[in-house]
Amino acid sequence: MSIGHTLLGLLESGPRHGYDLKRTFDEKFGHDRPLHYGQVYSTMSRLLKNGLVEVDGIESGGGPERKRYAITEAGITDVGTWLAQPEKPEPYLQSTLYTKVVLALLTGRSAEALLDAQRAEHLRLMRILTDRKRKGDLADQLICDHALFHLEADLRWLELTAARLDRLAAEVCA
Amino acid sequence: MTPAGSLLSADSLYKSYGSTPALDGASFSIHPGEVVAVMGPSGSGKSTLLHCLAGIVTPDKGTITYAGRELSAMSDAERSALRRTEFGFVFQFGQLVPELTCVENVALPLRLGGARRKDAERTARHWLERLEVDTVGAKRPGEVSGGQGQRVAVARALAASPKVIFADEPTGALDSLNGERVMELLTEAARSTNVAVVLVTHEARVAAYSDRDVTVRDGRTRDLEHAV
Repeated sequence: MSIGHTLLGLLESGPRHGYDLKRTFDEKFGHDRPLHYGQVYSTMSRLLKNGLVEVDGIESGGGPERKRYAITEAGITDVGTWLAQPEKPEPYLQSTLYTKVVLALLTGRSAEALLDAQRAEHLRLMRILTDRKRKGDLADQLICDHALFHLEADLRWLELTAARLDRLAAEVCA
Repeated sequence: MTPAGSLLSADSLYKSYGSTPALDGASFSIHPGEVVAVMGPSGSGKSTLLHCLAGIVTPDKGTITYAGRELSAMSDAERSALRRTEFGFVFQFGQLVPELTCVENVALPLRLGGARRKDAERTARHWLERLEVDTVGAKRPGEVSGGQGQRVAVARALAASPKVIFADEPTGALDSLNGERVMELLTEAARSTNVAVVLVTHEARVAAYSDRDVTVRDGRTRDLEHAV
């Protein structure tokens, strides 16, 4: 995820302090990976340097100075360009799972056991996500669905590979 | 041997259709309130396993024990009574009676068990409400959507207070959203009433609503979590 673009996008609704940005980011996108303060301030420094944000005001109370950031016209254009640009689909051609299956066959280990163990692990995670989805709000449901569909795709590959193990073994070990 | 605390168990089941083996030493067990997914590719024997466990099909060999009693020791009438009073069923296409309204469909197992019409329909309406389809009670199955019909089928399966529900691809004919809601409602209702659910599915996202899964391949079962 592009943290810079996400923080810029959050600024479009109005100027915010770094702390507010972090809190909003964590609430909406950082369920399992909250931002570090250092990440927020280093990102804002970069955006400031590139003219995508500007300092809207500085508050100095008893503690350290707090900058309030506002998005610039260039920043709004940058967010628009980023949103309009389709993400490159991940081809997953360098799969660790595939490598493990081939290595198991090459070394005379049980590829079927490997696939079964992986299948159980995938389903275990799917149960956790399904449970979280059941208890969560709509945002949680959408995030979990995204992960669940990817895990399901992996599982279908595991099933298909299990059904083709004999042929694969013959080709790999030829 | 019956696993300790299990409500329904099967040990070394064999079943062939002609010369084609459908089950080849399959075993299974489920506890009260547990949701167990039976997974496997098409033709692996998972539906045959479900039919044997439910007493619909008699295995060629092996034992099935329900609440301490062997199914093979029961008469046909006793097995029918067991299916009517202790078991509930949900199939891929609902299989509701088209001539009856949805309330009457849900009330049907209670009526067959001897309940008065008024009492049976009161219970039916309670379950329709719980499955969020109380508005379709007066309609016939042909007048409701696939998702609504499947929820009515789940309500019918739960209405007679069964101990075990057999669900064979219960979301197979539904879109993702309807399928998920049916699974949420089915598993929530089953867990809160301590009903065991044998859930046959080939979809991992449906199986993820279960507590554990058993895989059937070539007529043999593998319980991966318990095998390790």
